[in-house]
Amino acid sequence: MAIRTTASRQLSQRAAFGLLSVSAILVVVPVIVIILLFVINGSGAISWEFLTQDPSQAGKAGGIFPAIVGTFFLMLGTIVFALPLGVMAGIYLTEYAKENWLTRSINLAIVNLAGVPSIVYGLFGLGVFVMLFNFGMSLLSASLTLACQALAMTVTTSREAILSVPKEYREGSLAIGVTRWQTIRHLVLPQALPGIITGAVLAMSRAAGETAPILIVGAAFLLPGLPQSPFDQFMALPYHLYTVAAHVPGMPKSTIWGVALVLLAVVLSFNILATIIRLKARRRRLNA
Amino acid sequence: MFGQRVSLAIAEADPQKGLKRRWRLGERFIEGWIFLAGLLTVVILLGIIILLVKEGVPIFFHTSPWEFFFGTKWYPVSDPPTFGIMPFFVATLWVTIVATAMAVPIGIGCAAYLSEVASSKVRETLKPIIELLAGIPSVVMGFIGLMLLSPLVQSAFNLNTGLCGLSAGIMLALMSLPIIVSVSEDALQAVPDEFRQASYALGATKWETIRHVCIPGAFSGITAAVMLGVGRAIGETMTVLMIAGGALAVPVSPTDPMMPMTAAIASGIGNAVRGGLQYQALFAIGLILFIITLTVNLISDKVLERQKRKFAR
Repeated sequence: MAIRTTASRQLSQRAAFGLLSVSAILVVVPVIVIILLFVINGSGAISWEFLTQDPSQAGKAGGIFPAIVGTFFLMLGTIVFALPLGVMAGIYLTEYAKENWLTRSINLAIVNLAGVPSIVYGLFGLGVFVMLFNFGMSLLSASLTLACQALAMTVTTSREAILSVPKEYREGSLAIGVTRWQTIRHLVLPQALPGIITGAVLAMSRAAGETAPILIVGAAFLLPGLPQSPFDQFMALPYHLYTVAAHVPGMPKSTIWGVALVLLAVVLSFNILATIIRLKARRRRLNA
Repeated sequence: MFGQRVSLAIAEADPQKGLKRRWRLGERFIEGWIFLAGLLTVVILLGIIILLVKEGVPIFFHTSPWEFFFGTKWYPVSDPPTFGIMPFFVATLWVTIVATAMAVPIGIGCAAYLSEVASSKVRETLKPIIELLAGIPSVVMGFIGLMLLSPLVQSAFNLNTGLCGLSAGIMLALMSLPIIVSVSEDALQAVPDEFRQASYALGATKWETIRHVCIPGAFSGITAAVMLGVGRAIGETMTVLMIAGGALAVPVSPTDPMMPMTAAIASGIGNAVRGGLQYQALFAIGLILFIITLTVNLISDKVLERQKRKFAR
């Protein structure tokens, strides 16, 4: 390396740190700008009527109540399938699985499922739930499709949460003659609960914002009422936003911003809720 | 005396034996379900592969693989229909290149800043904001691109329309940043502190330490981060569907309107007759997409494993 003076080395350090902080700013500022713009532009459209009425005039007037309800149904439907299965898979991987090819392939599958594009999940849902199982374009098909997508996340978070329970707890319990399942049920799971719930809430937040799969397996733009059964089609906020933003000409701008703000609020509030649960659990563990 | 007590105990235990066995049976039942749930992820992954192959591969009886991959004309409803996916493939390539070119330097810079330069207070403030970015749904990002970015791109580059690969690529860059930042930062944090201290002891400045010790030490982790970001950009659907422009010609520049593979599936599947040729062709695109992202994921997973082992003691 060429010999350089201390001053020039200091200078290049300052320049480099400047660049690094600029890149941090480039990541953070857009987020703040986006959120501010949403609040400024969207809050004008938000009113009690907007949140509680059915849409009229092809979505140009009225409210978005069915889309909000549809999204909540969808979040619920997703987590009903993805959470129990995810927790059970997490238990299997931490408490039962041996170090063998099967476990390795399960772990490999989890990693890869997390990276499968959402549109491919949509194709999978169309082929399996809509057509093979004959659930049709419906809330049920969409919930199952999103649950498949969420599974990688609920398994991973449950596994991490269960792994973080100290081994001594299990050994103590097994030593006094409690069976393995009882130990898991009464000792390990309660300890792991905050972590598991954090993952579930995050998965719900993601399900609320997912658009591409439900576009394929059952979301509709305008429907006369709320879905009456899991086999009905449904409206959902992200699909509604996509349609009013990209496909309906002459849409009032404030309405589009309003839909987008409501969607963002639902998704981010669940995100923040997950963070709060995580922080609370961590604090409790530190105090204990 | 003692023997009597033992036999008494055995006699007492006996009636419980049946109960115990029933209880054990219940546990076996639950444990069986747990095992099946554990298998589920593998089943879904295999299911995806089987379905994509079953629905997608038959298109090659109509269109030869060569025509399919290198054909430049996608006319699914003309007679006879032609299915060439070159326009979609090139479009995916363009938006991914734009996104990667922007997100990689910024992402690594941001990770280095957070991990090595920023005070812990700054870091604790910035990290939740970056996590927030990861939480914004892709349709919202598409909407922002539609409303804010594409008019800017249009006037800045004097284009006929701001709905083009460049706008989509910029939005994708923003969307792949969180994963690049967080995985790179983890990799930098994993470099042992002794390395830094040794470097300072040799008289290196902090920047020289970052440049010549930390970043090389975290190199494989950063590579994995970049690959995960690329995978995210390739698989993203709504953003490119809304702002890439949707043109069917092979794009020659990033400022052309274009339709990446994901957008082609999303916009075509609604009109495709189930089991028809277009339907098969779209599933075949899905299969290609799946293979690409699977490869990217497998490699980045391997690289991450290696990074983890590197400093493990």
